[in-house]
This record gives sequence, C-alpha cells and structure tokens, in this order.
Amino acid sequence: MADFEPRIVGFACNWCCYAGADLAGTSRFNYPPNMRIIRVMCSGRIDPSFILKAFHDGADGVFIGGCHPGDCHYMSGNYKTQKRVVMLAGLLSSLGIEPERLHLEWVSAAEGQQFADAVTRFTARIKELGPLRIPHPKVEDEHAIEPA
Amino acid sequence: MKQIEKSAPRIGVYVCHCGTNIAQTVDVEAVAEYAGTLPNVVVARDNMYMCSDPGQALIRKDIKEHRLDRVVVAACSPRMHEPTFRGAVFGAGMNPYLFEMCNIREQCSWVHQDREKATQKASDLVRSSVARAALLEALKERYADVTKAALVLGGGIAGIQASLDIADAGYKVYLVERQPSIGGHMAQLDKTFPTLDCSACILTPKMVDVSRHKNIELITLGELKEVAGYVGNFKARVVQRARYVDIDGCTACNDCVDVCPQIHPDEFNMGLSTRKAIYQPFPQAVPGAFVLNLDDCLGKLPRPCEKCLEACDAKCINYDAEDKELELDVGAIVVATGMDVFDPLVLPELGYGKHEDILTGLEFERMLSAGGPTGGKIVRISNGKPPKDVVFVHCVGSRDKVCGNEYCSRICCMYIIKQAHLIKDRLPDTNVTSYYIDIRAFGKGFEEFYDRVREEGVLFKRGKPSEIFRRKDKLVVRAEDTLLGKVTEHETDMVILGVGLVPSEGYQELAQMLKLSLSPDRFFLEAHPKLRPVDSNIEGVYLAGCCQGPKDIPDTVAQAKAAASSVIALLNRGEVTIEPVVADIDEDLCSGCHVCEALCPYSALIYDPGREVMTVNQALCKGCGVCPSACPSGAITMRHYTDAQVEAQLDALTGHQSVAEKVEA
Ligand code: FES
Repeated sequence: MADFEPRIVGFACNWCCYAGADLAGTSRFNYPPNMRIIRVMCSGRIDPSFILKAFHDGADGVFIGGCHPGDCHYMSGNYKTQKRVVMLAGLLSSLGIEPERLHLEWVSAAEGQQFADAVTRFTARIKELGPLRIPHPKVEDEHAIEPA
Repeated sequence: MKQIEKSAPRIGVYVCHCGTNIAQTVDVEAVAEYAGTLPNVVVARDNMYMCSDPGQALIRKDIKEHRLDRVVVAACSPRMHEPTFRGAVFGAGMNPYLFEMCNIREQCSWVHQDREKATQKASDLVRSSVARAALLEALKERYADVTKAALVLGGGIAGIQASLDIADAGYKVYLVERQPSIGGHMAQLDKTFPTLDCSACILTPKMVDVSRHKNIELITLGELKEVAGYVGNFKARVVQRARYVDIDGCTACNDCVDVCPQIHPDEFNMGLSTRKAIYQPFPQAVPGAFVLNLDDCLGKLPRPCEKCLEACDAKCINYDAEDKELELDVGAIVVATGMDVFDPLVLPELGYGKHEDILTGLEFERMLSAGGPTGGKIVRISNGKPPKDVVFVHCVGSRDKVCGNEYCSRICCMYIIKQAHLIKDRLPDTNVTSYYIDIRAFGKGFEEFYDRVREEGVLFKRGKPSEIFRRKDKLVVRAEDTLLGKVTEHETDMVILGVGLVPSEGYQELAQMLKLSLSPDRFFLEAHPKLRPVDSNIEGVYLAGCCQGPKDIPDTVAQAKAAASSVIALLNRGEVTIEPVVADIDEDLCSGCHVCEALCPYSALIYDPGREVMTVNQALCKGCGVCPSACPSGAITMRHYTDAQVEAQLDALTGHQSVAEKVEA
C-alpha cells in the first residue's frame, strides 16, 4: 500500500478554513498534496449528497473544514454541518464505508499550522485505510429490489 | 482551435507563474497546455504575472478576439485577487460572476515540494475550476445606501483619534467606552518615551475636543451587546449602564465624595490608593461628572445610605436610574478596544503580590505621576522611603511560551528605559539595574534615548531573573548574567516588572459578535498584514490600536487615523455593492414544508400562505447556503454555489474512476 496515493476531496468555508489554508501557504507549512479543495461560503452549504457523491465517484476521503463553534460567519452554519457529519458517519458505516473517511475539522483563519497538521494527519489515515472499496451488494438483495 | 457548438461556453484559462512563486514547484506551461485540452476551453495561456497590467490586458483582448464568455485564472487565492480579475473581465464587458479563480499558489505551489505531484494537483484544480466555470451564471449586483454614521468602540487614544477624524469630516460618530471616562491607558501614563512629553498634557485636549464636538455622541459606561447588518448598514445594540449621577447637572464639587463612607481600591491608580463609592475616575476625566458605583455602595439593599444624596446641592443623584438600551444605525465600525497589561500573578516565582515593593510597570507609572498615589514621589510601599536600589525586569509575560505569550509586546523595553531615566532624574543617587533578554529600541529616536539613559548610569544586564524573594527588608533578584555566564544575586529595595500587553478583557465575546478573526497571539487579525493593516476580515469593520496587536502611541495614532480615513472613504462613497450570492426558490418545486425556515439564521425565508410556498427575502439573505443543503424537495438554489456547480467540481476531481471499478468483484 506504500505507493497508494489517496484521492481526497476537501470542502472549506471561505471565512475560516479556506483562509487558514491560505495562511498555511503564506507561511509555507508543507503538507501532502493529495487533497483538492472546493471552496464554499459556509460549511453549512455542504449538502450531505455532495459527500455521498464524492465517495460514490471515487474519493477515498472527504475533509470538511469550517469555523470553530461560535465563529461561523453566518452564526450557526457549522453547527448544522456538525449534525450532518454525525448523521452521515452512521450512514457511511451502514454502507460499509469506514466513517473515518469523512473528517470534520474546525480551522480558524489564523490556524495555518493547524490546517497543515490536520491535512497531514487525515492523509496518513486514509493511506492506512487504503483505497475505498464499496462492498458489492449481495445478489439476493439485488433481486429484492428488482420489479416483479 | 477546437470546434465548439454555438451555445457551448467559451472559456479562456490563464495560468500564472507569479514570478517563481508558482513556477518553481508547478510546471505552469504543462498546466496551461493541459487546460487547453479541457472541454469548452477556447484559449489557454500562461503568463509571468496575470495580475499585472499586461496580464489583465491579455484577458481583455482575448475576451474580444475569441468571444470568451467565461474566464478562469489559476494563480493566487481568490481572497487575494478575485476582485482584481472580476474588475478586469468587467472592463471587457463580461459579467464579473462569470469569472472563476483557481488557487494554485497558497494551496498548491507554496505548500508542496514534489514538482510532479504539485503539477498534477494544479491540473486537477484547473479542471475543477473549468468545470465550474462552464456552469457559472451572470448575476446582477445590488446596491445599498450607506448610513452616514460610524460607531467607534473604545475611548482610548485610538478611539479618540479615530472619532475626531471621522467627526471632523462631517459624519456622526457614536463613541462607546465601557469605563466612566474616556482616556484609556494613555491617561494613566506620566511621561511618554522617548520625547518625555507629559502624557496627560497631550491627551487631555483631545479628550475635551471629543466632549465638545457637535458630531460626536459620547456613550460612557457603554457596552456593545449585539451587531446585525452588513457594511454600510449595521445595527448595533449598546447598553449604557446607569451612572446614577446626572452628567449635565454634576458640577464636580466633591461634596458627595466628602460624605461617602465607602472606600474602595482606586482602579485608575492600579489599587495603590483608594476612592469612594461615588467618585471621579481622575481629575481630567471626560465626562467630568462623578459616577456612583452602586455595587460598592453601603447598604445598597434596601436603600443606599443616602449621604451623598443629601450632600448634593445640584440634586443630580438618582438611585433609581436605570440602564439604557440604545439602538445605533451606522455604516462603519472602528474597533479600538485596546489591551490589558499582563498579570504577573501567573508567574509566582517573581514574587509579585507577595512583596509590596514589587510593582508592575503600570503601577510604577502611577507612582511617577504627579497626580498619582504618592504625588509623584518614588517610594518603597513597605516603608515609605525612597529606594536606594531599583531593579527592572524585562519581558514579563512577553516572549514567553510558558505563559502562552510568544510575542514581543513592543513597548516594554522603552517604557522601562523611560522609567529608569525618571528614577535617575528624581533620585540621582539611586542605583538602577535593568535585566533584559534583548533591547528592542527600533522606533524613531528610541536608540538615541537608550544611549542617553545608559550614559546617565543605568546598568543593563543581559539575563532573565528566575526568582525574586525577600531577605530581611531587602528583595533579592536571582538571575543568570548570560554575558558573564554566572548566576548572580542582586539585593535591592524595589523591583519593577516590565509586564507586557494582552488582549483586553472581553475580546472573545467581541470577536464573536463582530465575526472578527483572531491572530495566534489572540489580538484581532487584520485583513492583510502588509496591505490592509487596518481592515478587519469583515467589510466595514476597521481596527485601530492595541486591539490589533501591541503598539506604542505613535503607531496607535497612525493606525487610528488610517482607520478613520477608510471609514470616511466608505461613508463618502455613500453606496455599497451587495454580492448577489443569495438563495432562490423554485416555487413549482417547493412544497411549503417550512424546513428551511427554521434553519435560516437571518429569517430570510418567509412562508407565503397564499401560494403555500416559501419565499426568500433577498435583502436579508447573506448567502451561506444552509437552506439548499437541507431542502427535501431540492427547490432552493444557492446562486454562484449551485448544486450543479459543486457537483461539476466533484465530477472533475473524482470522475476518472468509474463506479464499476470501485465495486468489489
Ligand atoms: S462560515 Fe465557516 S462554517 Fe460557516
């Protein structure tokens, strides 16, 4: 698994995590290059379906970065994100996907180092888990949903 | 050139070298070449500096020549130059919301070293941006009028200067100070370094100007409770605590103070003297009216003792006065909430609080002041006699990871040098020794002043005291002299701790209220450390003085004037652009289930009972995108961050591997 390069999708809110990622850049804090970020205004914009789609389409891990509790630019978007992530973690495990593949991190605009560390840790974790394999549905189950 | 259907988007992609900032880790030419192969891309180029004039001109020329209707620039962060390029495409007649910025500097070239992997990542990011760009829609900007008034938080020298400048430009200013008087820490200082101006003499006239200015409404004992709105149109809720003394009626005759039986430590004198429960904070206070602190008052329940009430001829004391709630409409906010001094009780080895003759720099400053607790006489608190030997300790609570303050407080070296000079000035025979780590005398005239004070006989020893304790009636400072490499014990009469600065009390609550970001040192974060040093991360909110980081008086005044000029420019413009990034509801899809209503923090989603659907009040919507992510019918579209746009990015980032490949055989 040594040369496995995971494909990681990141979502970052504009006001905190994205700014923190920029600060990591300005400060030249290195981290692994696997993650690609999609910028959204608030982590609350991250529709659970985006996350499911990312896994479905081939992401090995999904990273979500928002403002610290109480700091969301839109007051409470991050609380909603947190609830959704908890809800999704349960759903992922029932789909046979390790819930650790979805990670939520609070990163403020001043936390460049914390951002770099979090991405480094998460990338290492996904490398450990290996490529995502979505379990094949059992044949009987497939028949069950077949129209009569 | 590729053949593209008429209706298909025509995208131009520009990949920036940023000198070598991007090019040294990313193969910029290869990324541009790759971009040229992506769907809908009509031109793809690389350029040394896209943000330069020629770079922008190139985009404009291509828009005309190639009839581009979308532009992607892969360069620095959109937080840096998105406005620049939106302006550039707008100049060529394109809607600015059809521009997309791809961050391959801060989030790629600057954080990776492997050139191949960084190039791969940059290409992926460009692919994602191109996919998004194809689906971007033109949006119309909205405009809102600016309320021509400003709110200034904090009445220290920063807030005073900012208020005066804004008010002089002809705009209304609400200056809110939580203490009973303006003046801040500068009012407590005796002299200022390195020029030795009398602090009160240069500050007091400005305080009086504030009280007389017809455009300034001074709200002392005031505290910000809530802020709503956005740049140009803020609504601030301020609570003004009761003073119990009528400001206009009080003649400051002192009759009430004479009869008041209650004694309390005097905050202005750092507890080195006492005041009554009814008092004037300091003689030059503005407003000059007295203030009654009911919490300090004797027999508050059921009634105060009423001695002051009886003594007051002007009849301006009212125990039933109530806190007032004010609603202020302003277009801009200046945060000038200053700092606190570090509390050395955190470092018990320094003996502060155990021995009376160990003072903080600010306490000693009060002792030096003619209006202070000793009338300007330098004495040992323990016996009232002048000290024969004084030791200063630098960097107390600064440059110290142990107490969590890694930063340099920038003023302590100089105030210690100044205080050392004042001791030599008043007690020429007293020995003065200063224990330092490094001397930071970087400002105008500082180094010269430091030289002068050394010539006056003040001894500077390199080393940080590890312990201060008492031996008979002396204090002993144990320190390693790092130049001589040996541990010394210094017997002295008095120790002054050069305490550093920390964020002022309540900074976290204020940050949450205004949505300000904090730097790692916990002071407020500026929008850009070099180019936007007085802007906060929130449009229309500016920073001045020590709330942004420790600084001396000249720097504070300079920043206050800069913040004021930003406010004046905004108020003068009279109009702000509002991003059209808001939610939209497709009424045919909406089932009127109300799910979104409860989620919106701005109450922008309103149920229309007639049509049985939800509607969006776009003036209230801030564009967070929480509601579309929760709508069970998919009826809500978040403009500029639509489901389709985000999904296109996801496809571009993940789409290489089909689902079939992922399914375990
Ligand atoms: S803006 Fe960062 S989580 Fe809402």
